[in-house]
Amino acid sequence: MPNCGCETETMSHQILQYALSGLSTGAIYSLIGIGFAIIYNSTGIINFAQGEFVMLGGMMTYFFLSLLRLPMLAAMCLSILLTTAVGVVFERLAIRPLRNANPLSLVIITIGGSILIRGIAMLQFGKDTHSIPAFSSNEPLVIADATILPQNLWILGITFLIIAANRYFFYHTINGKAMRACSHNRRAASLVGIGVKRMVLISFAISSALGSIAGIITAPLTMTSYDVGIMLGLKGFCAAIIGGMSSGVGTVFGGLLLGIFESLGAGLISSGYKDAIAFIILLLILFIRPQGLFRKAETERV
Amino acid sequence: MLRVEGITRKFGGVTALSDVSFSVAKGEIKGVIGPNGAGKTTLFNIISGVYSQTAGKVFLNEDDVTGLSPEKLALRRMVRTFQNIELFNGLSVLENVMVGVHTRSRSGVLSCSLRLPRNLKEERSIRETAMDCLKFVGIEDLAGMSAESLPFGKGRMLEIARAMALDPLIILLDEPAAGLNSRETAELGRLIGKIRDSGVTVALVEHDMELVMDICDSIVVLNLGNKLAEGTPREIQENQEVIAAYLGE
Amino acid sequence: MVRDVNSLVKYAIFSSAVLLAPLLFSGGYLMNVLVFVGINTLLAVALNLLLGYAGQISLGHAAFFGLGAYISGVATATYGMNPWAALLSAAAAVGLVAFAIGFPILKLKGHYLAMATLGFGIIVYIVFNETVDITGGPSGLSGIPNFDISGFVFDSDLKNYYLVWAVTLVTILLSANLVNSRIGRALRAINSSEVAARVMGVNVSLLKVQIFTLSAVISSVAGSLYAHTMTFISPASFGFNFSVELLTMVVIGGLGSVYGPLFGAVLLTLLPESLRAFQDYDIIVYGLLLVLITMYMPGGLVRGIHVVTSFARSKFASEVVKNAQG
Repeated sequence: MPNCGCETETMSHQILQYALSGLSTGAIYSLIGIGFAIIYNSTGIINFAQGEFVMLGGMMTYFFLSLLRLPMLAAMCLSILLTTAVGVVFERLAIRPLRNANPLSLVIITIGGSILIRGIAMLQFGKDTHSIPAFSSNEPLVIADATILPQNLWILGITFLIIAANRYFFYHTINGKAMRACSHNRRAASLVGIGVKRMVLISFAISSALGSIAGIITAPLTMTSYDVGIMLGLKGFCAAIIGGMSSGVGTVFGGLLLGIFESLGAGLISSGYKDAIAFIILLLILFIRPQGLFRKAETERV
Repeated sequence: MLRVEGITRKFGGVTALSDVSFSVAKGEIKGVIGPNGAGKTTLFNIISGVYSQTAGKVFLNEDDVTGLSPEKLALRRMVRTFQNIELFNGLSVLENVMVGVHTRSRSGVLSCSLRLPRNLKEERSIRETAMDCLKFVGIEDLAGMSAESLPFGKGRMLEIARAMALDPLIILLDEPAAGLNSRETAELGRLIGKIRDSGVTVALVEHDMELVMDICDSIVVLNLGNKLAEGTPREIQENQEVIAAYLGE
Repeated sequence: MVRDVNSLVKYAIFSSAVLLAPLLFSGGYLMNVLVFVGINTLLAVALNLLLGYAGQISLGHAAFFGLGAYISGVATATYGMNPWAALLSAAAAVGLVAFAIGFPILKLKGHYLAMATLGFGIIVYIVFNETVDITGGPSGLSGIPNFDISGFVFDSDLKNYYLVWAVTLVTILLSANLVNSRIGRALRAINSSEVAARVMGVNVSLLKVQIFTLSAVISSVAGSLYAHTMTFISPASFGFNFSVELLTMVVIGGLGSVYGPLFGAVLLTLLPESLRAFQDYDIIVYGLLLVLITMYMPGGLVRGIHVVTSFARSKFASEVVKNAQG
């Protein structure tokens, strides 16, 4: 065994490497988590079908690329558009008719919806695992001793662009402000003339669009298949829970934190238990701080 | 019977109740009135353990029951009803009242699943007690109906019957006349008198002044979270501050 | 009382049907399927106690089923324990686990509860896969012995059919007793208004944990039955998909009805078997059924049928009255 202090050096080098690769996975979780939060804030529903939007983004892009031979950008835009349409149709057919149902029915409806979407995707695209080409070269870049794939940079860049756009939307546009009003108090919002139904529809549209983008930008790295939605969705939910269901910074931190923990856990402890890490964190947060890491507890009013 | 001392409750920056104290004597009917937003329902929610208070104490028979949960208070025979009646939908009218007998029965999961003779005997007595309570409020003919199919006024009666099934020492009624027509309100007034005559202390929050002045032995007036006045119905009617508060001066 | 007699008659008819069914289907592949129907019914009855009566969702019940199966399997196949003793130890262990996690988990409501139970289920599933030394990992655990009673070995589908259905029938009877008792009323009260139930003196948090534990113990027994009748188990049977399948059975059959879970279990076990040719479609059918039944038939099939028959009956009654008057 070498004894020159280089052992600790390799260790810290490794940690840096794991953290870097965890960052881009974390960015994906953030995007998915924000999708959860947007719908939750405007409707009080946790949409179990959120992960399926992610799957649809990746799978449709693959489909348009390989079978229809569309150019990359066109394939991506088309699949974002179609996934958004699926989100809107889902809201209109399954969520809107049940606006006043109890939470149990809503949970079951969104689970049913997610199975349905997954099943149709399986029939349409098959059970195989696919990959789409990276957005630019596959040559790893070296940053401070650690290597990083260009696709990781794409992921981080696009994520932060979207988060910035998201923030602009919620704080500087009429619809965005109206949606924030809805999330504070739905009844008051409708009393001042905000069309709550329309806001719910918009929130489903935004969430499904965000989900599909997450699915597309991660597909070159992690591959995609009809059933990736379950895990990605659940981890995005975990990110949103850490972030206290905020549709902004909180969930972004939640996602990044989760991505880094997972990557470190997989690298340093055991890769087999990698997926368990997210769920252990999820349970701990739900048990100890259900309001999220960054939010003060609120008193529930009867 | 019931005494509250210095109850204060803040929601964020808003003070809903500030330093409210009064007591309810055994066997009396106490009214709590006040304009909208005076903090009446918040006060009841705190006394019944549904909310916690920011400061202050609650005593039941001189025992400190501050911060006890509703289920613990039920064991000490304090019970309440709700402004927007909270019936158990999916249960029949009789079954609703049978849940009220919960604290007075013992059978656990095992003995219920096995239908031990002890359990069957208890079940019979629960049913009889519940039936008596339905008779007490006068809706025994509805026993077999489902709770959600009752008209609002009958639902209110059912809620009171369910509360009485607990064999309470004190019953808190949160706006019992809300949503009732004048005939039903008159009936309610007689029922509340009957409850008191059966030895149960009554405290009620109410907007219907006629009812309150008619049946209450004494009245507490809240305004903007503060206690404004306390006294007999006659004293309250003549109190200038109370009149001013109601006229919005 | 009339209701009691009625339900006893129903139960007797149903039990005799179960008893006589093998005369019709004896031997062959269908017997094996009917063993599964029994195990699934047992699981659906367990989940229905929690979901249908107390109104608390669980997306992790496959985990309790799996824990029962694996504890039984490992204790007998690896350590040579008697299957009956293994069944009891598994039930006790799973009961303890459920009781311990029940308090923090059942503080959560609605969507959060669904996510937490789901998370628990996935963690357990991952452990089944990763503890290869103990469970055999993804390739499964084989060589689990059958049940036996002093030399009489339950080694055929027919014998296991009677064993499984005996347990299932007894459980249906006991759970029907439970839901029509003091405890059952309190559970249904929680489902409708938690705050009113508390005001009536129902210790809501304790009762929820008790029913969660009971439900987990029944699922564990189902797991042990599964392990000792199949003699082989692998993690794939205990994943998230199976939790959703159980949920579908209960929802389709009818939340909060005694025979609902039975209908759901029969339908969902036989449907894929009869649709072998369309194997891949079953997942879509589940999804569609979940959505449609929740939207248009919230009481499930059992109540749907009841509504139709009572409508027909009242129609018939009014005809009779009309004729009598005429």
